[in-house]
Formats: sequence, structure tokens, C-alpha cells
Amino acid sequence: MKQHSVLNRLKAGIVALILMLSPLATAANSPIIAAASSVKFALQEIAEAFYHDTGNRIRISYSSSGNLTRQIQQGAPFELLLSANAGYTEQLYQQNKTLGQSITYALGRLVLITEKNTSLTLDKQLSAIKILTETGNLKRFAIANPLHAPYGVAAQEVLQQLGLWESIKPHLVVGENVAQAAQFASSGAAQVGLVSYSIALAPALQNRTRTLLIPASLHRPLQQTMVLLHNAGETSKLFFIYLQQHKARAILARYGYSVPEE
Amino acid sequence: MDWQALGLSVKLSLVTLFFLLPIGIFFGRWLAYRQFLGKSILQTLLALPLVLPPTVLGYYLLVIFSPNQGLGLWLNKTFGTTFVFNFEGLVIASIIFNLPFAIQPMQRAFSSIPRDIREAAACCGMSPAHVLWKIELPLAWPGIISAMVMCFAHTLGEFGIVLIVGGNIPAETQTIAISIYDRMQAFDNQSASIMSLSLLLFSMLTISFTYWLSERSQKKHV
Repeated sequence: MKQHSVLNRLKAGIVALILMLSPLATAANSPIIAAASSVKFALQEIAEAFYHDTGNRIRISYSSSGNLTRQIQQGAPFELLLSANAGYTEQLYQQNKTLGQSITYALGRLVLITEKNTSLTLDKQLSAIKILTETGNLKRFAIANPLHAPYGVAAQEVLQQLGLWESIKPHLVVGENVAQAAQFASSGAAQVGLVSYSIALAPALQNRTRTLLIPASLHRPLQQTMVLLHNAGETSKLFFIYLQQHKARAILARYGYSVPEE
Repeated sequence: MDWQALGLSVKLSLVTLFFLLPIGIFFGRWLAYRQFLGKSILQTLLALPLVLPPTVLGYYLLVIFSPNQGLGLWLNKTFGTTFVFNFEGLVIASIIFNLPFAIQPMQRAFSSIPRDIREAAACCGMSPAHVLWKIELPLAWPGIISAMVMCFAHTLGEFGIVLIVGGNIPAETQTIAISIYDRMQAFDNQSASIMSLSLLLFSMLTISFTYWLSERSQKKHV
């Protein structure tokens, strides 16, 4: 009967799909850690080195530090959090969601970033941008969301320090996290933006953008902290230690972080 | 192409269908044949996901299943898990989100079966289950298939609700739509464009398949 052959085909399809889905099972065993988007490119390299050295794989979920912290509070199964500031890890420690206290593994920096082909002059006082706002030629300025992204907070502090916050505010385009803000600025969707140095140094961005390092004195220190969460297993604990060792520190330094003395 | 994410999306779609097929047939048939008190309220509730922003549904699911309070706390204490930031959570979100996509086409399909046919079958001594299996389902088949195809495609494309309820966890809640977003933010435009193009083509195929199916069944009935 016709319906029978439909059923048979369905059965064959289901078997094929189960075979296709089986690789999921192996990946699903490795621990999940949460990391601020700003550390994405450095962490990818560190995770590869970690796999090379120990044979352990980890899965990484990237978002803004604030968003990840909220997810942890709402029960997300992360074993380790890498935050782009000290506030979120401290908050989780206060709420008894961590194994021990957080440690600072690096200091982050901000850069002014624009697409390679723009004629915009990048300078530490942002004077070229100031002129753009005065002449009405500033259209879009990208930052990460200051409500939950530490680099967005730092960007706001810089603009406030330079007295530009009020005039730039109407032109802000706010990324969900710093990687998205960098995407806006590097694609030309925004003329210019303030993002993390670590993102600007990503190979995929370097030849498409021009950047200028912002003096660290213009914002509060961007302490990159990490903390083990209460359900951390052996692999995550190993990775936590690995992140403090020479190889990881060298990779972090290459992505523009200043790493504390060993 | 992120095969892991694609596999996860397909798995989510299939599991969603597994639950929605009986739910859709039950409610579709019930709403098609019966008049009862509160029918319009039920229909409103079932159609709600069509217009409800995914953020609203996501927010409520997070509140209901948060392990810090209420039902989520109880689930977590009793079973050691709750329905947020894992695959099971996505299944629940996906079922709710697809209710109208499953029920409405099935309801239309069951309504279009002439009443005399069902009554004639019953008069001939067929049991209700027999009528359903031998008469109604074969006649409503095109509507059921197109409902299932729409649900499948809609689940593949779900974004907001998956990101809110599931987070962005590789091999657990990182579906193909989330993977595209993730790849974009990693400046990996090549992967993003390959995956986007595949989903675009697949969506076009799905829509044309359902149109073809409904045209074919209309011709049959004329």
C-alpha cells in the first residue's frame, strides 16, 4: 500500500538521521565554559594549545560578561567564567556560586577602530571625531552595550572623560557584546567604534581596519578575571591552571593583554 | 559549514515534530469538529506564539524554569535538572513556539472533510478510532504533512527564543541559526555565508513544497 512505502521511507530517514547525529554525543561530554566575547580569539588559540598538550577538549560559550553572569545565576551549566571585569566574578563569589575566589589573569585595553579605507584621523583625544559631531557628519559610533558589557562601560568612561559622551550618545550603535561592536565598525556600518584591543588584533580584522590604542588612564582598569563555578570538573580545573601558565600567557600577550608577573 | 550545529538543529526539529504531531492532530481535530465553551479563548491562546515576541516567551520560560524559584527549583531538586540552557529546554520552547504552525493547518485539513463522510463511516459501524485511521487521516494527510514541514523549517530558523532559553552552548543549544550569528561575530564571513545560503535554499524548498502539496490536494477535491 502507498502509506506503507511512506512509512518505510520515514524509517530509513530516521535511521540515517540518527547516524548523522551520533557525533554530537562525543562533543557533548566536554565541559562548557563561559567567556567574554573580547577574549574569543585568544581563547580559541589557548583551547587548541590545551587540547594539543592535554588531549582535553572544552566547549566555549561567548557573550558579554554581564549576560553570561545572568545565565549562570539562572542555572546555566558553565564550569568556568572568564569575565572582562572584576565585578561579575566577585558578584558570583558573593552569591556562593563559585569554587573559591576569582583571579585576575590579564589587563585589557581599548582601541579606537575604523574601517581601513576611511579618511578619518585617529587620535588619542578623539579630536577628529569631535569635529565630525560639530559639523553634523558623525553618523554611527559603535560601542558594546554598557549595561552588561565591560568594554562598553570603559568606552562610555572614555567618552565621558573626553567630554564627548553627550554629543556622541545620539549616534551610538550598541553591540550586544564587544565582538558585535567591532563587527559594526569594521564593516563600515558604523564609521568608528571603541572596542577591545584583543578583538582588533584578530587576524580576520587586522587587514581590514585601522586602530589606535586608547590611554589606559582614560578608563578604570579593565581587569580580566576568571573564576571556577561550583560544578567545575577536573578538566575545567586543569584549564583554569593552564590559563595561568606560560603558554597561555604568551598567547594573551600576543592579543594585546598585559599579563601579571608569574 | 558547522555540521554539529546543523545536526543539532535537525535533531531539535525532529524531536519537536515527534511531540507536535499527536498534539496537532488532537487539537486540530478537536477545534475542527467541536463547539464548546471557551473555544475562542483556547484558539487565541494556541495562536498566541504567532504574534508573541520570542523575547516574551523566552522571558517567561526563564522565569518559570529558573532553578532559583518555584517550579524550576522543584524540578532541580527532584530531578537534578530543569529546562533552561539545555537541549530539553529548547524542545519545550520549540513545541510552544510551533503550536500554531502545527495546529492551524491540521485544523483546516480536518474541517474540510465533509461531515457526511464521517457520519456515513460511523453508520457503517466503524469505530471512532477506525474512522480516524481509515477516513480522516488519509483525507487530512496533505494538511498534516504541510504542518509538519512548516514546523520543521520554523524550528531550524528559530533564533531569539533559542538564544534566550538555550544560551549559546556548542553541541547542546548552539543550533544552525545561532551558529551563523556566532560565526558573524567571529568575523568568519565565509562560514556565515555558506550556512545562510543553505538555510535560504532550504526555506525556499520548504515553502514551495507546501504550496505544491496544497495545490495538489485542492485539485483532487475539485
